[in-house]
Amino acid sequence: MAKNQKDLAVVESAPEHDYLAGLAVIAPDKISDPGIEPHRVRMTDKSVKHEKAAARQVAVLFLVSIIGSAFAIWAYYAFPFEAEVAGSLRVNTIFLGLGITLGLLGIGIGAVHWAKTLMPDAEVAEDRHLTRGSEEVRAAAVEIIRLADEESGFSRRKLIRRTLYGALALFPIPAIVLFSDLGPNPKDSLRHTMWGKGKLRLTRDPDGTAIKAADVQIGSVFHVIPEGLVDLEAPDLLNEKAKAAVLLVRLDPSEITQKQRDWGYDGIVAYSKICTHVGCPVALYEQHTHHLLCPCHQSTFDLANDCAVIFGPASRPLPQLKIEVDAEGYLVAPGDFEEPVGPSFWERKA
Amino acid sequence: MSNTVDTKKKGGFLAGTANYLDERVGVAGILKEFGRKIFPDHWSFMLGEVALYSFLVLLLSGTFLTFFFDPSMAEVHYDGVFGPLKGAPMSVAYQSTLDISFEVRGGLLMRQVHHWSALLFVAAAGLHMLRVFFTGAFRKPREINWVVGFMLFVLGMAGGFTGYSLPDDLLSGNGLRIIDGMIKGLPVIGSYTSSLLFGGEFPGDEIIQRLYSLHIMIVPALILVFLVIHLFMVVIHKHTHYSGGGKKDTNVVGYPLMPVYVAKAGGFFFIVFGVIMLSGTLFTINPVWNYGGYDPSPVSAGTQPDWYIGFLDGALRLTPSHLEFVLGGNTWSFNILLPMLAGVGLLGVVAVYPFIEAWVTGDKREHHVLDRPRNAPTRTAIGAAGVTFYAVLWAGASTDLIATNFKMSLNHVLTSMQILLLAGPVIAYWATKRLCLSLQRKDREIVLHGHESGRIIRLPHGEYVEVHDAADEYQIWKLTDFKEYSPTLARPNAKGVITIRARIRAAMSKWFFEDRVSPVGSTELEAAKHHKELH
Repeated sequence: MAKNQKDLAVVESAPEHDYLAGLAVIAPDKISDPGIEPHRVRMTDKSVKHEKAAARQVAVLFLVSIIGSAFAIWAYYAFPFEAEVAGSLRVNTIFLGLGITLGLLGIGIGAVHWAKTLMPDAEVAEDRHLTRGSEEVRAAAVEIIRLADEESGFSRRKLIRRTLYGALALFPIPAIVLFSDLGPNPKDSLRHTMWGKGKLRLTRDPDGTAIKAADVQIGSVFHVIPEGLVDLEAPDLLNEKAKAAVLLVRLDPSEITQKQRDWGYDGIVAYSKICTHVGCPVALYEQHTHHLLCPCHQSTFDLANDCAVIFGPASRPLPQLKIEVDAEGYLVAPGDFEEPVGPSFWERKA
Repeated sequence: MSNTVDTKKKGGFLAGTANYLDERVGVAGILKEFGRKIFPDHWSFMLGEVALYSFLVLLLSGTFLTFFFDPSMAEVHYDGVFGPLKGAPMSVAYQSTLDISFEVRGGLLMRQVHHWSALLFVAAAGLHMLRVFFTGAFRKPREINWVVGFMLFVLGMAGGFTGYSLPDDLLSGNGLRIIDGMIKGLPVIGSYTSSLLFGGEFPGDEIIQRLYSLHIMIVPALILVFLVIHLFMVVIHKHTHYSGGGKKDTNVVGYPLMPVYVAKAGGFFFIVFGVIMLSGTLFTINPVWNYGGYDPSPVSAGTQPDWYIGFLDGALRLTPSHLEFVLGGNTWSFNILLPMLAGVGLLGVVAVYPFIEAWVTGDKREHHVLDRPRNAPTRTAIGAAGVTFYAVLWAGASTDLIATNFKMSLNHVLTSMQILLLAGPVIAYWATKRLCLSLQRKDREIVLHGHESGRIIRLPHGEYVEVHDAADEYQIWKLTDFKEYSPTLARPNAKGVITIRARIRAAMSKWFFEDRVSPVGSTELEAAKHHKELH
């Protein structure tokens, strides 16, 4: 209040219950309040017949509730789950659910109907009081604070006060430090994948069988995991898979870039399947356009042009995995991706 | 005679119990204070009630689920009754979700009841917030309660998201993957935060247990605390009421708690519970058995988060390409930061709006009579702009489904949405403001000249006029009882300086109140009546 006056140096509109009205326009000729609208007489107020009917309806609704609840208990036992009987789950769920629903709605609708038809519906006014305490109450509150301050010497004893502030500021810190062991320092775990072991065969997801270069036809897509991944235990299995998943496609060698030819084998190229946006698997391949689409946020990558981003929120191309063919004709990756896979992170370039 | 004895016995027991309770907990005082408290009646006041009751249903159904759910991420091979997944590797969490669905009687029902009530909780809280916003119920003295309610809305989303992830199915796992990607994109703390949250690399074997702790302890406890504060403040402030005869800032008009509101609100709890139960009975939600356990490699197309996370997912999708750059050796992922800022920024504006409006109006009075949205045109327009912004972000989470269902190019759908995200709020603001001002003029028309009756009469001198039926005094009051504000000028303070603060406030007040329609005053009304009599 005081601040406003200082800033604007203007006496704003007249106060109403002691408060400033600010920019409100106080209309001197406001139309007068006609008072509470008279209560409309309901049928149940003026006709005994209607009143009795309403009472019956309420009782019937409560009765429906009783029947519903009893039915639910019966249905629970009457319709057991039978593994061999298709639909037993559905029957149990539906009858149990409908019974409970009736049990609930009967009470609910009955009670509201009771209130609306049989309980008085004339509106009543009750006074409000300002939320702030009366002057006496506020003075008493201030006095309590003053007394507490005087008795404790809180304002007077600066040393105690300041050391207390220091202590209070510091005491929650150990609790925060305690959470450090929630997870390890990520170090360079985000930079390496299982392919880094070197000379791992490209195998099919999820069965782990190796892929021969001859198996890969132009236009076909393979979902690939590194050799040996399927033998890992939880949680390593999923952790490694979340970084090492690869998409393998064969294109016409004349349609792709020099780098793709160098890092691939006879038109077969392998790319990280983990989206460079926020990490969803980029699993949709459109054969005739050579586009890869991430189903989560529709980032689109051009497979024929180093997987460059051509649409959507991603910023970086999918990293390519260098592949070659071993003596038996199987596809192998000589080493890891040359850059971190998946979503960006702060230290990515460091 | 026997009747008298019966009544006496009954009364005796009740009186005895009442006496027992009063002597131990002072129940008479409590009842005297609250038993006949007045609550105003309006359908829109039930939105908050729906949220409250959904939360109670969440507690009840959630407690049931905790008895059967096991949040472990240890790997098992499924050996339950659901044929298609027999032998599939999965986490214990996912298996126990399947077991609840297929082997616990009523388990599927409770899972679906829990999920439906979660969706309803956030929806009802959101609609309740809109009601409070558009009627100006956040004005003094309720600004703090607005913030408390805002916290409840955010906590509702947090509870929803943590719960959504617990079954550890393919869909929710991909949701977590997206969260992980977003966290990793945070400057400086990204990769560390991700590692702390997941206990190492994504997905690890900790996250479900951690989310479970949050979901069943921290989040519901916080919701309960804020709920108690929220309701406590409702008692302190007493409920607002809509404008109408006899309804003032200094009173509350409605029906007494006992018996009317005990019956209405108590009954309404059972109705909300019953409707949720019916949804859980008849409508499948989150059929996790169709998705399989989480595996970072597969993903299905056309998947969507629960509705209340949609606006964040949409924000991620609508961000243009190539917003990431390297500066000072560090990666700035603005393709992730920008949508996060949009979401957080929108919520931030929502949280502080009452304080902005209070500062602009400078109105320090208590407001207990609600505004009709048209009578605060700028606020209503701002609200419409905000709703539009949110709605476009939300619809943005379905770009792929819109494209496939309506056979349109995905790229065109996305580009249109991007344009709509920026243009939509401006159009909505302008249209809403004009609409409000027109409606206010219409109200003036009704007050001054009454309703068109459709009867045309010919006057003795040949003129044709339509007869207008005068509005009754209650309607006139309802249409004229609102607060009007006028813009202020930036004036120098005591030192003769025009501060920047004063300039901003003057500009804001001009923005808010320059276009306005005044309520009809009694002089004007008399003049109109007089004019009519002359005819």
